[in-house]
Amino acid sequence: MTVTGNRFRSYIAVFLLPATAIYTMFLIYPLLGSLGLSLQETVGQGGQTQFVGFANFRRLLTNENWAPGFWNALGNNVYFFVIHSLVQNPIGLLLASLLTAGKLRGQNSYRTALFMPTMLSVVIVGFIWQLILSPIWGVAEGFLGALGLENWFKPWLGLRESALTALSLISVWQFYGIPMMLFYTGLIGIPDELIESAYVDGASGWKIFWRLKFPLILPVLGIVTVLTFVGNFNAFDLIYTTQGTLAGPDFSTDILGTYFFRVFFGHQLQLGNPTMGATVATMMFLIILAGVLTYMFAWRRRVETYEM
Amino acid sequence: MRKIISLVLVVVVAGLSFAGGGQEAGGAAVEPSITLTIESWRNDDLSIWQDVIIPAFNEQYPDIEVVFQPLPPAEYNSALNAKLEGGSAGDLITARPFDASLSLYQKGYLANLTDLPGMDNFSDVAKSAWQTDDGAETFAVPMASVIHGFIYNKDVFDELNLEEPKTVDEFFAVLDAIKDEGTYVPLAMGTADLWEAATMGFQNIGPNYWNGEEGRRGLIEGSEGFTDPQYIPVWEQLARWAGYMPNGFEAQTYPDSQNMFTLGRAAIYPAGSWEIGLFNQQADFEMGAFPPPLPAGQNTLYISDHTDIALGMNPDTPHPEEARLFLEWMTTEEFAEIYSNQLPGFFSLSDHAITIEDPLAQVFLQWRQIGESTIRNSYQILSRGEPNLENDLWNYSAQVINGDITPEEAGQMTQDGLDQWYEPQR
Repeated sequence: MTVTGNRFRSYIAVFLLPATAIYTMFLIYPLLGSLGLSLQETVGQGGQTQFVGFANFRRLLTNENWAPGFWNALGNNVYFFVIHSLVQNPIGLLLASLLTAGKLRGQNSYRTALFMPTMLSVVIVGFIWQLILSPIWGVAEGFLGALGLENWFKPWLGLRESALTALSLISVWQFYGIPMMLFYTGLIGIPDELIESAYVDGASGWKIFWRLKFPLILPVLGIVTVLTFVGNFNAFDLIYTTQGTLAGPDFSTDILGTYFFRVFFGHQLQLGNPTMGATVATMMFLIILAGVLTYMFAWRRRVETYEM
Repeated sequence: MRKIISLVLVVVVAGLSFAGGGQEAGGAAVEPSITLTIESWRNDDLSIWQDVIIPAFNEQYPDIEVVFQPLPPAEYNSALNAKLEGGSAGDLITARPFDASLSLYQKGYLANLTDLPGMDNFSDVAKSAWQTDDGAETFAVPMASVIHGFIYNKDVFDELNLEEPKTVDEFFAVLDAIKDEGTYVPLAMGTADLWEAATMGFQNIGPNYWNGEEGRRGLIEGSEGFTDPQYIPVWEQLARWAGYMPNGFEAQTYPDSQNMFTLGRAAIYPAGSWEIGLFNQQADFEMGAFPPPLPAGQNTLYISDHTDIALGMNPDTPHPEEARLFLEWMTTEEFAEIYSNQLPGFFSLSDHAITIEDPLAQVFLQWRQIGESTIRNSYQILSRGEPNLENDLWNYSAQVINGDITPEEAGQMTQDGLDQWYEPQR
């Protein structure tokens, strides 16, 4: 096929139009609307707004009523992400390597079973784990008791020190399937010839994994990390279903999503504040944008995708 | 394609002319009846509205069809706001007390009902939750209040030879007796959902300490504060409750507590009267109730008799006259009687003398005779600013029970929050 230089190919525009129109209407326009709203302030009782520049952001980041809540939510969110990166992704990688290691009987059944939690609704996951960990009806205490560790049991979801860790691990339990699948596809994409020749050269399985397979799926690790980052900083539902809007105890499980929800929609006697809510949403957008840009420029430039 | 478009057009035109015709004809009997839609968060009450309340209304007004359209309670405020802003809300709107509804009224989303006939069947206190701050304009018909107290398992009390406690000392003696015996959990409550600590804890036992309305008004006027000696002991009592609550109460949710009590595993349940309906269905033992015990030195009983629910009108309703007829009917004795009996634990706020058949609800209602009524102190005016007082009370009360902060710290932090924005408290 010969490509003729600059000639404008109008069919491209035709093909792009439906997606662009829908995308603009339902994503770009609301996003810009939200950004615009974050620069406004409600005045009077009728719900009219006026332009206030960056005053809302100043308030969110410095005001004594707003800043501690925001920084707390951001800190918790970073912790939430760190737990996911340190636990979820290694588990995903481990399971993916096990699934691709040699001939495993019933491999497909394992793969499906391991992916199951990811397909469950968050509400169900939250409810199940709340029941498992419940000090009243839960099986966790009895299970520890069977191992002679009943003194280790604590009402983890209700304690300031442990609630966020417990919820992070529940979230890990639900979502490890996604990195597992991505690593899995990366690993089965590695040509057998490469691995065989490494064997012939006398490399051990351990060495083959770290010297050969791991570098080849490094780009996948980047994608997994950025997906986890975006997912974690948009997370909301698990905390909302198990801990409620106030993300107790003492806001120890409050992340940006729940913080945003409370500000935007209000809570019990606290009335919703759409403009400050939009400000929080914009901050979330900027944080995620910063993360994604870091990935695109710092990680993707360095890590070359190997020709396989 | 063209055929389909013309078909759609024909249907639309026909529909428009039909609607127009309907409006011109007004209330003529041959026209299809008018439909009023009620927005509500009480999805538990759906069948009662459909099977009892609306049919009773239709006996008098057969031409007006009424549809009860509830939303999940947690979504109600945000969903209703969105519907009102989008112009798709129903004709009648169930109104939360105080600021949530006041702000709707100020935005023009609730109609002024001050001169609705029948409004004088309600006392000023009953109406105060749905009035402007000066009390001049009323924008909803008060429906019901809920009363706080303690529901207990009578079988357990008989088994252990216990009496209903009247004072705080007696209360803790009873709790000790249940705890020492060891079969039952003394107090079925958890702090995971936070609001139980504030609503069934702080607001339940508190009025006896701060003398009900006197203390509530004192806070609004700024003559009293949360660090005063009538507030700290409330948290001190709550901190003592922790020793009688189930193991792991920090992660115990509201439904956990309800189930624990109705399954007969606990003796006493710090309650609101709204539990009566559910408990009657689920518990297979006899239940009794006692009001919040009196602290030493208090001789008058104060109960939290909280104005909780009302019905207002959407000013944009296409059927304002019919909507007002419905609201007017809600001020009558007939409605008060039906509502209070169908939903035991929700007590009509009207002045009609009505009889309540449910024995447990009767017990709660009697307290109005022997005690003074007040409402939750955070609801009027004081939860308007940042930080939000109600949120603070939930959070700090739960932390006091969890042992994470002391009662003095709770008082100080609550007061600090109020000081920040509420002028009379500075």
